[in-house]
Amino acid sequence: MAEHTMKEASAKIKMREKENSEQWTTVIKPRTGWFDINLSELWRYRDLIALFVRRDFVAQYKQTILGPTWFLLQPLFTAIVFTVVFGRIAQIPTDGLPQFLFYMAGVTAWNYFAACLTKTSDTFVANTSIFGKVYFPRLAVPIAIVITNLISFTIQFVLFIAFTVYFYAQGSSIEPNIWVFAIPLLLIQMAALGLGVGIIVSSLTTKYRDLAYLVGFGTQLWMYATPIVYPISQIPAKWQWVFLFNPMAAVIGTFRYAFLGKSAVQLPQLALSAALTILVFFIGIVLFSRVEKTFMDTV
Amino acid sequence: MSDNVIRVENLYKEYRLGVLGHGTLARDLQSWWARVRGKEDPNTKIGHDYRSDGKKFLALENVSFEVKQGEVLGIIGRNGAGKSTLLKILSRVTAPTKGTVKIKGRIASLLEVGTGFHPELTGRENIYLNGAILGMTKKEIDKKFDEIVDFAEIEKFIDTPVKRYSSGMYVRLAFAVAAHLEPEILLVDEVLAVGDASFQKKCLGKMGEVAKGGRTVLFVSHNMPMVEKLCPRGILLEEGSLVCNSDIQHVLNRYKFADEDEVCRTPATLNLPNLGLEIRQVYLNKEYTNIKPYMPLAVELEIYAKNELHGLAFNLTISRDNCDSFIFSTSTMPHNNFEVVIKPGLNRIVCHIKELNLCSGTYYLGLGVSFPRVETIFFEREFLKFKIEDSMIRDSVLPSIPAYGLVYLDHTWWMSYGQ
Repeated sequence: MAEHTMKEASAKIKMREKENSEQWTTVIKPRTGWFDINLSELWRYRDLIALFVRRDFVAQYKQTILGPTWFLLQPLFTAIVFTVVFGRIAQIPTDGLPQFLFYMAGVTAWNYFAACLTKTSDTFVANTSIFGKVYFPRLAVPIAIVITNLISFTIQFVLFIAFTVYFYAQGSSIEPNIWVFAIPLLLIQMAALGLGVGIIVSSLTTKYRDLAYLVGFGTQLWMYATPIVYPISQIPAKWQWVFLFNPMAAVIGTFRYAFLGKSAVQLPQLALSAALTILVFFIGIVLFSRVEKTFMDTV
Repeated sequence: MSDNVIRVENLYKEYRLGVLGHGTLARDLQSWWARVRGKEDPNTKIGHDYRSDGKKFLALENVSFEVKQGEVLGIIGRNGAGKSTLLKILSRVTAPTKGTVKIKGRIASLLEVGTGFHPELTGRENIYLNGAILGMTKKEIDKKFDEIVDFAEIEKFIDTPVKRYSSGMYVRLAFAVAAHLEPEILLVDEVLAVGDASFQKKCLGKMGEVAKGGRTVLFVSHNMPMVEKLCPRGILLEEGSLVCNSDIQHVLNRYKFADEDEVCRTPATLNLPNLGLEIRQVYLNKEYTNIKPYMPLAVELEIYAKNELHGLAFNLTISRDNCDSFIFSTSTMPHNNFEVVIKPGLNRIVCHIKELNLCSGTYYLGLGVSFPRVETIFFEREFLKFKIEDSMIRDSVLPSIPAYGLVYLDHTWWMSYGQ
């Protein structure tokens, strides 16, 4: 009997040795650890990300008459409406800047962030049919969304620049400055924050659908909590600290300052905003990696 | 040196049953709080040794097997035996609860063809998109592009959005992309049920080619003759456990033996929570007890829906053990242009076959639910098993339809002489 178990044990050891000598390319295991994102795999699927970007961009305006012109009309009309409602009717001051340009700057930057957030927030629910059938790094979808939005942002950004040049030529009191070169960094921050919040929501909506309803008007509320339709200088000094907890406040402020001058950039605020962004982004990635493996069972 | 390409070790998959509703968040917080304090989770039952204890359900229970390089393995088992769960874990759609799977080489699944097809994009764009989703790089697709278009026979329509494709073209294109994937391991789940007979043959040929090329194929199907033809070896799953792992003849015998005492499986039910749809009953001749040749057969689906649904199509098939293809197949769309409008509450859909001219024997009723050209939501070749009993043909004095034919075709004989 003892001999028998000995034999069994040695056989087991042999098996283990054999196993080590074998080269497995993929090992599927239950969900382990709290961080499980395979970046090199994501890189291997870069062609897929590119195709997702193409699909999202092309399919968005198929069978529309105006096509990509919509990219321009959206911020244009929003800025016009804001000018009329908040500028003319409510008479909210804009730090002496041309009202239209003031709102346009806020809307252009905010749109990018809001689009990243809302569109990534239903990653799991909207892609159930694909995710349920085939494996690819799930993160490819939200990343593609962020890139797609970058394209539409670029188009809208060009429009904004055109208006800025026009107003400058007309002799408006705008002062573009060195901070213009910080725009790429601001874009990265907005993308990271939008993606972070978006994938947190998408991870949680696999179980709690309520959040899906919250996203739409939550983003709306967030916009009003950010100095888009009003300058931060209009907020009483003793309440300005509240904006420290809104990472978007510093981003929008800096974006506007870079092109228009006025309303200063406060470095500590910007640093805190960046730190918050990194935190949110990190939490998002961790949550996402936890959910992506088994969400098919709960969705 | 071992040449195993897949090793499945003590695989478990557990599903939570019941509805996840408003109570979930509170319960989750409770469990989480208990864990934080190092106490026992009040929401897990201890010592549940049943397969299902009302809250949890083991779809796979301690499954272990190995697959060698170049092997074509058939995976068979009845509805809910865990076949699809196994493929889902192998294709990494979901993670196992316990146990490991080790894989050598790239794995690709044909769980459902046409995954990720976007109706607005052209055939060309969809080939690239679909290929990339399935794991190909752009370069690989470039190389295979002409072959794929050739195989799908859609040269003329390559730059047309796929929403204008016929369902046949759609399926052909989707299969063509998947078939040219060239993964080391291919998972196939019942996809060959789609398309016309000649295309099926082509697909079978492709699968054989894939297998001959030294690649490994895992084939899940209810179509026993096809499994027998394609797979030298098979595994049989029963209620989540692997009960037989042997050469295909042995496995098939075991399957048939287990199947024998089970006759007409009414009521069969199907729950499609994604659509808020539940097929509660499928009746075969609600009023009559027996199904007889040359008598009418009424298939009635009793469907309970949560909300209104348009554009859904239901597909019925009849097949038999000893026959590869379907004996009969019908769909509410597109052949019959019968538009299904599902209303909240109870819906009844009836397919009335005036004269069931099939010979006596055991048959399977297949049920499919799909959005035509968009997505097949469900298809099960052997959804319901039924027997057609021996009987007299119509009111004639003739004995039963001979059992060595498949169908009875209405015909007459006559003779003539001389000029």
